Amino acid sequence: MNIFLNGKQQQTSATTLAELVASLSLPAAGVAAAVESKLVKRTEWETFPLAEGMHVTVVRAVCGG
Amino acid sequence: MSDLIIAGRAFKSRLFLGTGKFRSNAEMQAAIAASGTEMVTVAMKRIELGDSDDDMLAHVVRPEIQLLPNTSGVRDAEEAVFAAQMAREAFGTPWLKLEIHPDPRYLLPDSTETLRATEMLAKEGFNVLPYCQADPTLCKRLEEAGAAAVMPLGAPIGSNLGLRTRDFLRIIIEQSSVPVIVDAGIGAPSHAAEAMEMGASACLVNTAIAVAGNPSAMAAAFRKAVEAGREAYEAGLGTASLNFEAEASSPLTAFL
Repeated sequence: MNIFLNGKQQQTSATTLAELVASLSLPAAGVAAAVESKLVKRTEWETFPLAEGMHVTVVRAVCGG
Repeated sequence: MSDLIIAGRAFKSRLFLGTGKFRSNAEMQAAIAASGTEMVTVAMKRIELGDSDDDMLAHVVRPEIQLLPNTSGVRDAEEAVFAAQMAREAFGTPWLKLEIHPDPRYLLPDSTETLRATEMLAKEGFNVLPYCQADPTLCKRLEEAGAAAVMPLGAPIGSNLGLRTRDFLRIIIEQSSVPVIVDAGIGAPSHAAEAMEMGASACLVNTAIAVAGNPSAMAAAFRKAVEAGREAYEAGLGTASLNFEAEASSPLTAFL
């Protein structure tokens, strides 16, 4: 399906938020996700279904002052 | 030297570090170790395809280090609240450096949005450390809004100009009931020592260490400066002459 990841439309074969994040090859720590600008806790990713056109935000830890 | 208590947590080191601008994760990790710091800032960014595999957190996380996620990039209080929630989830901590600086030229903090965000975030249980202008009235308002400490700037971020706001930092330190952490503009160990001698609770330093010729050596120098400044403050500094007059150190009798 097509979803928006950080504003960019893209195809994904993932059906849950957990599958989507796993497809991004991110480190185990320092990652958070939101759907339609609402935080979705990591513990809920497995059971959170993606839908066509959904807006997903994924952030990761970076260096900064 | 007394411990510094912020939000119920004791810190032995009064030097906090930013993790930005280091040439490599290895240099950053070495500088953190050399500084003796117990709190470092981290940031977040929206992932992009083609991001490197960089796991900077692995170079930072240690049992003695408190992570302090920042909200750099947000433009107003609402965005800051969203960023704070993401940070709490990503890093597993309610500690937060609140920074709202929409103007890219001077990166000065938006006082209005910072105060609004502090009010909202303190209610949601965050330990808010707001980066703010060296405005004594604002700092009192932030304290009343529930900030765990205040972090007034010395000079613009990355400017290395030292305590341009020193006269106002003095007032803030005198009036604050929460710790005062001088954050931004500290460019040399002498600046950090000056802040500590004035009675600041701690200093947050990033650029001066990250872009130094030898970041680890600079971090070690800053460690000494913060300790020296704090020890001097606790030892009781003498007063400065008001009219440039001397006060003799040796007897004023004629020799022989």
